[in-house]
Amino acid sequence: MSAPSGPVGRSLPRVDGVAKVTGAARYLDDLPLAGVHHGVTVRSTIAHGTFDGLDLDPAFDWSQVVVVTADRLAWGAGLAAGGFGENYVAMIDRDQPALVPPGGRIKHVAEPLALIAAPTKALALAARAACTPRQTARPAVLTIDDALRADVALYGDDNVFKQFLIRKGHADDDEFDLAMVAAAQIIEGTYHTGAQEQMYIEPQAMAAWKDGAVHVAGSMQCPYYVHKALKVLLGCEADDVVVAQTVTGGGFGGKEEYPSMLAAHCVMLTAAVGAPVKMVYERDEDIAATTKRHPARVRHRLGLDADGAIVAIDVDVVFDGGAYLTLSPVVLSRGVLHAAGPYRAPVVRVRGRAVATNHPPHGAFRGFGAPQTTFAYERQIDKAARALGVAPWAYRTRHALRPGDTTATGQRLEHSVGTDEILAAIAKVAGPPPARTGENAHGAPVVRGRGYAFYFHGAGFTGSGEQRLAGKARVVARADGTVAVLASSTDMGQGAITIFAQLAADALGLPPSAIVVPDPATDVVPDSGPTVASRTAMVVGGLVERAATALRARVEAWAAGAGVAGDFTARATAMIAAGVGLDAHGALGETVQYEPPPGIHWDDATYTGQAYPCFGWAGCLVDVEVDRDTHQVAITRCVHAVDVGKAINPVIVAGQIEGGTVQALGWAVLESVRYKDGKVTNASMTNCIVPTFGDVPDLETIIVECPYPYGPHGAKGVGEIPMDGPAAAVANALEDALGVAFDHVPILPEDIARALAGAS
Amino acid sequence: MTAYLRPTDDAHAIALRAAHADYLVLAGGTDLLVAAHHKPVPVGILDIAGRFAGISVDADAARIGAGTTWRAIATSAELAATWPILPAAAREVGALQIQTRGTIGGNLATSSPVGDGLPVLLALDATIHLASVRGARAVPYRAFCTGYRTTALGADELITAVTVPRPAPGTYLGWRKVGTRAAQSISKVMAACALELVDGRIAAARFGVGAVAARPIRAAAAEAAATGQPPTAATAAAVAAALRHDITPIDDVRSTAAYRLEVAGNLLARFVTNAGRAQG
Amino acid sequence: MTAPLTITVNGQPRTVAASPWRRLLDVLREDLGLTGTKEGCGEGECGACTVLLDGAPVCSCLVVAGQADGRAVTTVEGLADGPLLHAVQRELVARGGAQCGICTPGIAVCAAAVVDGGACRGGDARAQVRELLAGNICRCTGYQLIVDAIVAAAADVERGQP
Repeated sequence: MSAPSGPVGRSLPRVDGVAKVTGAARYLDDLPLAGVHHGVTVRSTIAHGTFDGLDLDPAFDWSQVVVVTADRLAWGAGLAAGGFGENYVAMIDRDQPALVPPGGRIKHVAEPLALIAAPTKALALAARAACTPRQTARPAVLTIDDALRADVALYGDDNVFKQFLIRKGHADDDEFDLAMVAAAQIIEGTYHTGAQEQMYIEPQAMAAWKDGAVHVAGSMQCPYYVHKALKVLLGCEADDVVVAQTVTGGGFGGKEEYPSMLAAHCVMLTAAVGAPVKMVYERDEDIAATTKRHPARVRHRLGLDADGAIVAIDVDVVFDGGAYLTLSPVVLSRGVLHAAGPYRAPVVRVRGRAVATNHPPHGAFRGFGAPQTTFAYERQIDKAARALGVAPWAYRTRHALRPGDTTATGQRLEHSVGTDEILAAIAKVAGPPPARTGENAHGAPVVRGRGYAFYFHGAGFTGSGEQRLAGKARVVARADGTVAVLASSTDMGQGAITIFAQLAADALGLPPSAIVVPDPATDVVPDSGPTVASRTAMVVGGLVERAATALRARVEAWAAGAGVAGDFTARATAMIAAGVGLDAHGALGETVQYEPPPGIHWDDATYTGQAYPCFGWAGCLVDVEVDRDTHQVAITRCVHAVDVGKAINPVIVAGQIEGGTVQALGWAVLESVRYKDGKVTNASMTNCIVPTFGDVPDLETIIVECPYPYGPHGAKGVGEIPMDGPAAAVANALEDALGVAFDHVPILPEDIARALAGAS
Repeated sequence: MTAYLRPTDDAHAIALRAAHADYLVLAGGTDLLVAAHHKPVPVGILDIAGRFAGISVDADAARIGAGTTWRAIATSAELAATWPILPAAAREVGALQIQTRGTIGGNLATSSPVGDGLPVLLALDATIHLASVRGARAVPYRAFCTGYRTTALGADELITAVTVPRPAPGTYLGWRKVGTRAAQSISKVMAACALELVDGRIAAARFGVGAVAARPIRAAAAEAAATGQPPTAATAAAVAAALRHDITPIDDVRSTAAYRLEVAGNLLARFVTNAGRAQG
Repeated sequence: MTAPLTITVNGQPRTVAASPWRRLLDVLREDLGLTGTKEGCGEGECGACTVLLDGAPVCSCLVVAGQADGRAVTTVEGLADGPLLHAVQRELVARGGAQCGICTPGIAVCAAAVVDGGACRGGDARAQVRELLAGNICRCTGYQLIVDAIVAAAADVERGQP
C-alpha cells in the first residue's frame, strides 16, 4: 500500500464518532416526540392454528388505551379515504399479514395478533397483560424433514418457498452421476447449522406520526423497503409516506426486513390513536419474534480423482425459512451460489430449497446464506485433504480458483481474484502449529489444534440484480460551501457515511470536513438500493464518486469559461450565486444511476453466467485449545486475511472484518437459538449469549487489496465475507485437536463431551 | 406510594426489619432488580446497601460483612493470602458492574442453585451470621439453605456476616466455575474444595458444588471417598465416581444433565490431583 | 405523591419527583433528558446502561432511584470536560472503537472509571481490559479496536495527558 494522496485510503475518524462517544447521537428512543403514545404487540403463543379472538379483562381500566385488531381497520379503502390498503408486510411475496385477523391463521409463535397504544409504556404493558388471545392449535411443522414431508401444508402443497438448481459441466442427473461415479473417492457429509440471533444492541425501534404525509422514523437498514411496504399497507402514493432512518444501533441484516413490520404497526396505531406512536421492543420480545439466520441442512459430496483433484461436486441445500417467505428466496440464492466454494471443479450440481415451517420467519443476517454453505464446503475440503494425507492449506492452494477458471455458474474469473494473495498472506504469518498437548491455568490437560478455511463472497446483488435495482446517488453543492451526498444507504455502524464523505471529498479535491451526508429520508435522498449485500462501498460508493466527479467537471467547465479561480467550493459557490446550471429546485447537483460493467451476462432461468460483478476472497487460520476436564473451547489465535479490493478507510475496514469474525466465532462455539414447539426458549440476553471481551483472543487482521476495476478506487465488498469462514476453521481445528469430526454449529462443550463419549 | 427506608446504621437496619417484615430488603439489587420495571411495586423497600460491609481477619477466621460487594472481596489482599478461592470466585460473578453492586449477603439470601459465591462458602465451612431484634444466631451454610431458593432466614432477620475459619496448614483450596462463556455468564457447573492434607493423605475433605442440584450442596459421598486417601489419580477417580450419588443435575436451557454430571466429577477429580501436586 | 429525590448528576444536584422503585436508567433518560445512557437488555447483561454511582460502574437498569438518592451519578454526558473529551472518548474515536455506537456510552463510562483508577496498564494491560470490560457487550467491533483504544487511553492517563 502506497501512501494515499487524497482522503481515500486514510483511516480518518468516523464522522459520527464524537457524537457517539459523548452520548449526543440520538437513536429513535432518544428523540423527543410531543404527545407520543407507546405501542406494544399482542402475540400468538402457539406455532400453528387459528386466532379466534381477543378477550379483554373487564376489570382493567381501558379508558386510556387503544386496542387494534385487523378486523377494526378499513382494508381496501386506501389512505385517501381514511383507511388502509392491504393487510400484508409487502416484501417479495405478500403472504405475511401485518396483523393476523380474528378468524385468521396463526403460523408461528410470537406472531402479531393485536396492537395496543397507551400514553405510557407501563400502561401499554399492563393493558397487554390484560388481553388474552383465544387460539386453537393445529399440528405444527417444526423441522426441515417435516416440512419436506408436507403432511401439513403451510406454503403451496409442498412447503417449498423457492428452489434452485445449478448445473455445470453436465446436462442432466444421469450425466452428473457418470461424472461422480468416475471419482476415485467420494467425500460425503451432512452439515447442520443453527439459527443465529443478530443481537444488535439497540432493539427494534420505530415511530410514526401524521403531518400532512404519514411519517415513519426509526432504526432500519433500508428506508425504501419500509416505504414500499407502507405504500401497500396504506394503499397510497409514494409521496404520501415519508420514511427516515434514525441513528441505528446495529443491524447485521436484522433490520433489513423486520422494520417494515414495526412501521406497519406504528402506522396502524397512529391512525387509531390520532397521535404519534412509538414502538421499542423489549429484548425478550426482540429475540422471540424477529428474524434470525436460517437454520440449514447441507448435504455435500466431493468426487476426487486419484491425484486429489475435484471431478464433481454435489450439494443439496435446505434452509428452514420459517412461517413466511420474507427474504428466503434471495438468502437461498446466495447460499447456493456459494455452495461449491472457490475451487476448480468441472462438474457441479447444486440443488437448493427454502422450506416453510412454523418457526418465526428466518431472514437476513450478515453473510445471507453463504455462511451455511461455506461451513459445509470448507469442512468437506478439510476432510478431502485429510483423506488424501495432504496438508489442508496446501490442498487449498492447489485447487483454489485462479484467474481464467470458472465458478459453478460458469462465471469466468478475469480480474480481482485474491486467491494467491490470500494464500500467501496466511502462509506468511502462520508459523508452527501450537503444541499438541499441555495444561491450562486450572491444571487441566488441554489438547490443541489448528484449522483453516478459504472462501469467497460475491459483492453486490446477485446476477442482474443491480441493473434491476438501478440505484441512484446524488451529490449537491450548497450555497454555504458544503457539499451534500444524498443516498439511501444507511449507516448502522459500518461507516457508510464516513466513506461516502471520503469518496466525495477525494473526487472534488476537498477535505472530508466539507462533505455532509444527511440522514436518509425518502423525501430527501434518491433510492440507492438497500444497505445490504456488501454493496454499499462498491456500488453506492461508486455512484457517489461518479456523481461527485461529474459535478466537479461541470463546475470546472463553467468556471474556466467564466474565469472563476479557486477550489471546487469557491467555483461552485460562484456558480450558484450566478444562478447557472441549477435544477428546478435551485440546486447545483448531479444524480447518477447504476450502470453495469461491460460484458455482464446472467441467466435467471438456468442460473448461469456472472453471478456477481466480482468476489471478495478470504482465508482464516484458527488455533483452538480444548480443556479435557470441561470440554470448553478456547480460541487462542485467529488470523483473518480478507481481500476487499481497496480499503477506503483501513480502520473502518478492520472493524468490519473483526466484528464479522467475532460473530462467526460466536456462531461456531457459543451462540444458539433454542426452539421448543416453535417457541424460542432462551429469549433473553442472559441465555441467548454472544461473545464478550473475554471470549475472543486478540485478532490478527490482514487487509488484502486486489482491486475491482469498476469499484471506487478498486473497492469491493467487506461487510459479509468475514462471517462466512471462521466457523469452518474452528470446526477444522477441533477435528485436528480431537480427531473427531464436528459437522454442525454451534459446537458446544456438551456436544464435544457427547462426541468424545461416543468415540471412546 | 412505595415507602423507602434507608437505615442510619446496622442496628437501625435490624430494627427497621422487625418493624417492616413485608418490605423488600434490597442490598445491591443485581438479582432482585432484573427487569424491575416489569415487576410489581413492593409495598416498601428497606435499602441496606452499604450496611454490614467490610472485611476483617483475625488469627482464627475472616469475617466478611454481608453487605460486602464482590468487588471488595475480589480485590482483598487479606482474603487472597489465605482464602484465595473467595476472591477467585468473586472475580467470576457477572462482570465489573455486577461485582460493584452485588453482595455476598445478597447471594446468600437468594441462595440460587447457580449462586457463584456459594460453593466456595461450603468448601470453606462458612458460618452465616443472622440478627434480629430477638438476638443474633449463627448457622452453617448447609443448614441455612434449605432448598431451591429457600433459606432459614427469619422474616424479621437480616444476614449480617459470613465467617470462614482459617484453613488448617497444608489445606489445598480449589475453585472452578464452568459458565456458558468466559465472563458475564451463568454457571453450568461450579465446584470448590478444601482438602486438608496430613502426612500425604486427605485427612478431611469438603467439596462444595453448584448448579448440579436444587441448591448448592456439599458432596458427602465424594468427601467420604476422599477422606483418608492419598491425593492420587485413583482417589480422584473414586471421588468422581462417588459424586454421582451426591448430585442430581438436570437438562435446561444452559446445559445437559449428562454434561454436568461428567464435568462436576472431572472438576473434583482435578482438585484431588492438583492437591497431590501441590504437596509436592 | 412522591417524595423528591436528590441525585448529583454529572456534578450538579438534581431533584426529581420519581418513585424510589423507578429504575435509575429511566430517571436519567426520561426525567432528566440524559439519553446518552442506553437500554440494551433491561437485565444487567449488556452494560449499555452503565453509569458511575459514587464512582463505581453499575448497570443503571439494576439500580432504582431510591438507591441513588443522595449519591453521585456520572453519565456519558459528564465524561468530557466541556469540549475536551476524556482520554477514553478521544481514543475510541481515533482508533475506530465505536461503530454503531449504542454500546459506546456504557463502554466509555466503564472504561473511564477503570483507567482513571489506574488499571489497564503494564504488560497485561489488554488482559485487564478484557476482564474489566467483560460486562459491556459490543456486537459490531469484535472488541479489538476497543481494547486498543482503552489501552491507549490508560497510557494517556498515566502520562497525565487529559
